[in-house]
Amino acid sequence: MASKFETPQVRKFPIIPKLENSATSHLSPFKSKEEFQSSLGYPGELVENWQEKAIDKMGDLLGKYRSLRVYLDSCIQCGACTDKCHYYQGTKDPNNMPVGRQNLMRSVYRRYFTLPGKYFPKLVGAKDLTKEVLDDWYSYYHQCSQCRRCAVFCPIGIDTAEISMAAREVMDSIGVGQKYCNEIIGKVHKIGNNLGLPEPALADTLEGLEEDVLDDTEIDVKFPLDVKDSEVLLVTPSADFFAEPHVDGLIGYAKVFHQAGISWTLSSHASEAANFGMFIGSYDNMKKLAMRIREAALELNVKRIVFGECGHAWRVAYSFLNTLAGPFDFLDPRYPVPQHICEITNGLIDQNVLNFDKSANDDMTLTYHDSCNVARASSMGGIMGGQFTIPRKIIQTVANNFYDMDDETIKEKTYCCGGGGGLLTDDLMELRVKGALPRMEALKHLIEEKGVTHMAAICAICKSQFSKVFQYYDLELDQIVSLHQLVSNALIMNKKEV
Amino acid sequence: MAIEVNGKSFETDEEGYLANLNDWEKDVATVMAKEDDIELSDDHWEIINFLREYYEEYQIAPAVRVLTKAVGKKLGKDKGNSKYLYELFPYGPGKQACKFAGLPKPTGCV
Repeated sequence: MASKFETPQVRKFPIIPKLENSATSHLSPFKSKEEFQSSLGYPGELVENWQEKAIDKMGDLLGKYRSLRVYLDSCIQCGACTDKCHYYQGTKDPNNMPVGRQNLMRSVYRRYFTLPGKYFPKLVGAKDLTKEVLDDWYSYYHQCSQCRRCAVFCPIGIDTAEISMAAREVMDSIGVGQKYCNEIIGKVHKIGNNLGLPEPALADTLEGLEEDVLDDTEIDVKFPLDVKDSEVLLVTPSADFFAEPHVDGLIGYAKVFHQAGISWTLSSHASEAANFGMFIGSYDNMKKLAMRIREAALELNVKRIVFGECGHAWRVAYSFLNTLAGPFDFLDPRYPVPQHICEITNGLIDQNVLNFDKSANDDMTLTYHDSCNVARASSMGGIMGGQFTIPRKIIQTVANNFYDMDDETIKEKTYCCGGGGGLLTDDLMELRVKGALPRMEALKHLIEEKGVTHMAAICAICKSQFSKVFQYYDLELDQIVSLHQLVSNALIMNKKEV
Repeated sequence: MAIEVNGKSFETDEEGYLANLNDWEKDVATVMAKEDDIELSDDHWEIINFLREYYEEYQIAPAVRVLTKAVGKKLGKDKGNSKYLYELFPYGPGKQACKFAGLPKPTGCV
């Protein structure tokens, strides 16, 4: 089914790979069809005067986002970023060096927006926006998961993710969109979630989960849907309803709310935490998606909004929700807007509301994968580094055996799973497998050294990506677990109903 | 794109999923499976038929857990798990079985 390619060798010591020009120039995701494009407000196919339109759009973005111009102007080609990208390490393609990826847009920027580039293009590495350049953009700006690891190492702080987002926005505006992202965004606009899961199917799925938990625990834990006047609106990735191990995390959230006596509800209108509008750099789509959450919160008259385990959703929620869909003055002012499910569980642990039997997780020796958007674009608990300490504290509260991976691969230096930023699609499987290399190396070293058996994560994309690529690295798909799955295993539930 | 089944042509998308759900017939599944080196047994058909029934009612493929539970109820607890489904459909029950059943591919972070 998948095309043939070689899984990279797991190296004992990661060294900078020797360059292989155009090693992955053949990787390009499927293009979006007219129906998906038009539902997002983009042309259905490459427009006639595409070059002119693309330059106009670039000018528009350069005016709107000062950061973009600074990033394109200020690179001194020092090389600090070159080996920091997981896709470069896994593919050896120089266009996957962060600076190489940036230069694809930088050379066009110089040609049309700088004086020397207009008059002496060859002297300053300026290039015309030709069809070949556009094809390179499409290929390599879809080989960036917008994880921002390179930005941590850039002495100037250039954020390649923003350049990738801008490139995708320019391409969408001339009719060159990516099928995976744009089909999904269209589904959220129409149905409310990435899966296209309609309300009756969602209700049926949740009912099934209530039966399962009742069978397992003899406790009537509810999975409420569209219940007005609940305390909490839980917004979670729709993968939590659909896939494994995601659903085990959802069961964990439900048990926590149940045990703490917090009334909560899901919404069929806002049945998705993910916001792929960010991946394609579209502020308009991002806003439209975020507005569904506001509408649901108002409709259901809740007091708090809590986000489930989804990496980039937490970035959008933590960093932009108020400007996208605020003000949230109708919510209970005693709580931050929004909150992360880890903050809820952590707070309840601190208040001694939850009790755990840690031995329930003794069949696992655990490590934790910091998801890129949580690690480098958010925080938790209102404390510096809370996004690193809180998930680890929860794991160590509910499980006995925990080890961290190598320092160079965790926390703010964490590696992307290889499937973020709108690349979690089968047509990019080669890229996903190769891009997972640095994370696989760190994990495999820990497996050898400490006997680690499972890795926990708090992002739907990471979980799906690992459950797919593990097999390429001789690991089993169930070695990736949801953080709240561990909470669920160990939480001691009161048998007596409140 | 299209696949040939018994001399008839069926339109598919880039990834080989049937373009029109209503076009589906049994031999479409057989041919698709053959392309993936799978010979469809009664066990496979149990799953494919369930997927089609569920889709008809809910307009979407069932969640993995919904599927495993239904299989467990029908075929016994030892078969009600994803391991069994992955044995039948190595590329994943969600994606590969849906394809054989003529359903659209599940989208999103799955």
